Amino acid sequence: MTNRVLTLQINGQEVSGREDETILEVAREHDIHIPTLCQLEGLSSIGACRLCLVEVANVPKLLTACITPIQEGMEVHTESERLNHYRRLVIEMLFSEGNHICSVCVSNGHCELQNMAQLLGVDHVHLPYRNPQRRVDASHDRFIFDPNRCILCTRCVRVCDEVEGAHTWDLKARGIQSQVMTDLNQPWGDSTSCTSCGKCVHLCPTGALFEKGKSVAEMSKRREFLPYLTIMRGKHR
Amino acid sequence: MLAEDLHRMAAHERAQQLQYDHHIIVCSGTACRSANSEAVRQALEQQVQERSQIGVCTVTNGGCRGLCAAGPMVSVEPAGLLYQGVTPADAGAIVDSLGSAPVPHILCDTSAAFFSKQRALVLEFAGNLDPDRIESYLANGGYDTLLKAVTEMTPTQIRDEIVRSGLRGRGGAGYSTGLKWNTVAKAQSAEKYVICNGDEGDPGAFMNRSEMEDYPFRILEGMTIAAYAVGAQQGYIYVRAEYPLAVSRLKGAIRQSEKLGLLGNGIFGTSFNFNVDIRLGAGAFVCGEETALIASVEGKRGNPRPRPPYPAEHGLWGHPTLINNVETFANIVPIIRNGSEWFAGIGTAKSKGTKVFALSGRIQNTGLVEIPMGMTLREIIYDIGGGIPGGRHFKAVQTGGPSGGCITAQHLDLPMDYEALMQVGTFMGSGGMIVMDDSSCMVDVARYFMEFCMTESCGKCIPCRVGTAQMFDLLDKITRGEATLDDLALLEELADMVRNTSLCGLGQGAPNPVRSTLRYFRDEYLSHIVDKVCPAGVCKMQHREEVLP
Repeated sequence: MTNRVLTLQINGQEVSGREDETILEVAREHDIHIPTLCQLEGLSSIGACRLCLVEVANVPKLLTACITPIQEGMEVHTESERLNHYRRLVIEMLFSEGNHICSVCVSNGHCELQNMAQLLGVDHVHLPYRNPQRRVDASHDRFIFDPNRCILCTRCVRVCDEVEGAHTWDLKARGIQSQVMTDLNQPWGDSTSCTSCGKCVHLCPTGALFEKGKSVAEMSKRREFLPYLTIMRGKHR
Repeated sequence: MLAEDLHRMAAHERAQQLQYDHHIIVCSGTACRSANSEAVRQALEQQVQERSQIGVCTVTNGGCRGLCAAGPMVSVEPAGLLYQGVTPADAGAIVDSLGSAPVPHILCDTSAAFFSKQRALVLEFAGNLDPDRIESYLANGGYDTLLKAVTEMTPTQIRDEIVRSGLRGRGGAGYSTGLKWNTVAKAQSAEKYVICNGDEGDPGAFMNRSEMEDYPFRILEGMTIAAYAVGAQQGYIYVRAEYPLAVSRLKGAIRQSEKLGLLGNGIFGTSFNFNVDIRLGAGAFVCGEETALIASVEGKRGNPRPRPPYPAEHGLWGHPTLINNVETFANIVPIIRNGSEWFAGIGTAKSKGTKVFALSGRIQNTGLVEIPMGMTLREIIYDIGGGIPGGRHFKAVQTGGPSGGCITAQHLDLPMDYEALMQVGTFMGSGGMIVMDDSSCMVDVARYFMEFCMTESCGKCIPCRVGTAQMFDLLDKITRGEATLDDLALLEELADMVRNTSLCGLGQGAPNPVRSTLRYFRDEYLSHIVDKVCPAGVCKMQHREEVLP
């Protein structure tokens, strides 16, 4: 099947892309930055974090750039006072939801949530902190899961299912009670499906998944394997 | 089954019915069952036996009469009598009175506005059909419309009829049904699906439950016509497991229809095949959202996904899927049978036909009503609903469930149609109407609906997951009398953000009760916050002095 090339405008700039590409993909090809957290090239896109919402002329609703395919003549705006306000609120919501204490976090300085907050200019959180009680799972030989730092981006769930094929991770409960879990809510160390490949740990944007033995600010993640695996499998999206 | 068989079975059933002089029909809907209608039916059967009326009188199950508050309801045909609040002790008197004067103390006045102002299209036959027997449906013209559709009409003609009728989705959003059918029909795919959305979950809504319980055959017939019109071979009815009676009735209806060849391969001797299966919802409200529902049918976690692509192009297992509400499918048979002009003659300019509403809350006649679109709220509440009990005053009515808003006394003369409701900040929704009087606190109402959305959020997108919880905390704080004006400003900021950034309808609609009550009852919020007083006396205020030791 051949894909036509379409032209559109992003922030007033004339750009082009294949008709099967999303707004986000075309924007990245043209060095236009759209913030994202749950999206990662090589995994399926789910449109959950809402950071990549963009304005499109003549469309009343905001659209998720990571999922919306481009259309001929589309006029996309990726930056506006309103969008930035919403994006900052999303980040504030994440901080208020869990227990994100950067000063004692293994990922301090290498954290996507922290970086995104700085990028979007979140200088304080004006929502009340919810301070949930969440138990850490350190039962695995090599890794630790700290749900206090989890932002439920579900990258671990997707990479385990789509790339590793183990489907050890999944979601439990719903709404504000949602958490990721291993197997059917069993300790990670007891998991019979986990291959201990560590892909989930290295794709995790925060310090929710990390290697044992790492202290504050020592956990930097290595993601080179994902584009490599994606190309190897010939599934370029 | 061929056309002759259909007509022969219908004629046979009608002849059977005529052998009896009297038919006693006991409502077997969930509401009347909970009021002991099963025991009433058994007592009636026993009395018929004891008074040797067998062969003269039948006792059968029937459907809902709408007046659920006055159940159990018993009707006597062909005399056209309706009894309310019947107990097993009344059975003897009812059987004795057959053919003579009715039993006065339980007689229901069928000339009352509750009955005379309604217009029955979906709730046709007023509960006289036996929902467990396909023969009863066939005797009343059942499956004649399907026969006409598959033997005399092309799929295009059917879709044109639906487009011309102006029917709009009865699930709440009001999207044109004909347009949806055309989109699915045009989609290129060898496999297509039809899904009936019976995952009714709004608090105070029980229209779809009653429709599935009383008219399972008509819903199947409507789905089959839809499948023929869009080119689908497989259908699913997604029902919540909390509706056990609806599930068993639908299962029975599918089995009986399959047995007669009204579902399956080569329907009415044509090359058209259609099968229907039931899928049960496990209790998640969000599975009423179409993309979450599809994920659930696929066996996945019931999380919604962003649209577009819409299910009409990319639905169940990636195939084009037609997904309509129960009531939408229930409207198909009357439209095809009587023609689109007839249907378009009912209702208002942009909202055609009728709508079934479930009246609940502070209203005299709690129950199920069907009205032509465009009737005013005043007529529904005061004429059909019988007004507010206990000499209290009407305050507001919540439509559209937890994603809707309230309509206040100033809009009592508002005609009920999709656009008019949208203008006052609420929406039609699936048809739940919760009536509130001056003893209801609107902040407490908003808090209740926010708690519902918080616990029912799937947790996938951040604005809905965290936003509903934060808004609930703020509303709870207001009802405790501990909030400040800053909290109110934050509540409004979050309401705007959650509405505009959430992934699906649940999150986008969750702030609506807050926005709507703030629009009409801001003074109530302010008296909670500034004066620390709940005007309706519902909220227990905790004063600072009392909290601190």
